Formats: sequence, C-alpha cells, structure tokens
Amino acid sequence: MTKQQIPLPARRWHDMGGDTAGPIPMDQRPDADHDFALWEKRVDALMILGSAKGFFIVDGLRRVLEDLGEEAFETMTYYERWIMAVNQNLIEGGAYTTADLAAKMADVTARGDTYGDAAAPVK
Amino acid sequence: MQIVHVKPLMPPGHVRTPAYLRGKVGVIERSLGVFPNPEDLAYGVTASALPLHRVRFTMADVWGANAENPNDTLDAEIYEHWLEPADAT
Repeated sequence: MTKQQIPLPARRWHDMGGDTAGPIPMDQRPDADHDFALWEKRVDALMILGSAKGFFIVDGLRRVLEDLGEEAFETMTYYERWIMAVNQNLIEGGAYTTADLAAKMADVTARGDTYGDAAAPVK
Repeated sequence: MQIVHVKPLMPPGHVRTPAYLRGKVGVIERSLGVFPNPEDLAYGVTASALPLHRVRFTMADVWGANAENPNDTLDAEIYEHWLEPADAT
C-alpha cells in the first residue's frame, strides 16, 4: 500500500470570492419562520461569556470555522458550527480540558433525552 | 495615489487577503491605521500591529477581459505585509 500524496490547496474552501454563487436558499434566511432553540441561545451566550472572559477573540473562532472544512459548512447548522468553534477555543484558552468536557457531557447525557428541550418564552 | 501589487502568495492557514485579489494591482485609496495582525490573533499568538490599507481595484484589474463593467471599482482592506509597490514585480 502506497501513501497517497494529498495536494496542499492553494486556496481554501471558505475563500469564495469569484465563485459562481448559484441559487440562494431562501428558507435559511435569518428571518425565516423559526425561533432559535434553547441550546442555540446557550451557544450564543457561551460565545459572549467566553469572549468577555478573554478566552478567545473573533479571529480564533473564525479560524476554527474555516478549519472545519467545506463538508461541515454544507451539513452542519449555524450553531452546530459555532459550538465547535467556541469549544475548541475554550480548550485552547485553558477554560477546561477535554477530560473535563467528556465528564460533563456524560453527566448531561444521564439527565435524559428531553433535557435542554424547554422552550424559552419569546418576547 | 500609490499603486500596489498584492503578493501572489498562497500559504495555508488563517489568511485574510482574498485569493481572487492575490497577484492583482490596485491603488491605495486610504490608509486606516495600524491593527493587530488577525493572521496571528487567530492562533492566539502575540500579534504585531500592522498598517491596514483600503485598496481600490477596477473590475478590469481583477477579472481582466471577463469584467462585465471594467470601470466599476472594488475596495478591499488589506494588511501592509500583503502589499508591495507595483513596480517591484
């Protein structure tokens, strides 16, 4: 079995200027008919808190979003990508370790499938 | 008006200069002051403060013969380390 040479891309996937745009998916507009889920609001809050505490800045978040790659951009939702970026930056910033995170995720999972589903009132 | 050439470099990593402008020639429309280099900030390392310039390109500069409206302009903010005097190449 021979090792396959992976070419280094001269231009990264997120650098889309000059690409053919194609149709705009109107159902994904920010004003489309849906409210944000509670977990999505929590991701936003975590981003603001982590930033205020000095664990990361916007450039670090963008760097992780870019590193997720094109497939993530096509298949994950906005806040799914954001929690990946926030989490990696919190780990790099020393807020917690992967071991801390694993233990906490196990705790939360043990609370049951419906935990986190509570709808927050819309004002 | 200073004519500048955007360096035609293609490093991997958190690069803020769009690929479609690299290698193109424009003019400095104004200079915006110095800001920490986001290419360093993205990795959490100490960033040097670099001059940031607003560079104006024509569509002909960017797209050549494919430009639909060759005289239309496009402004992009580009850090000085990506720029060199146009006569340097």
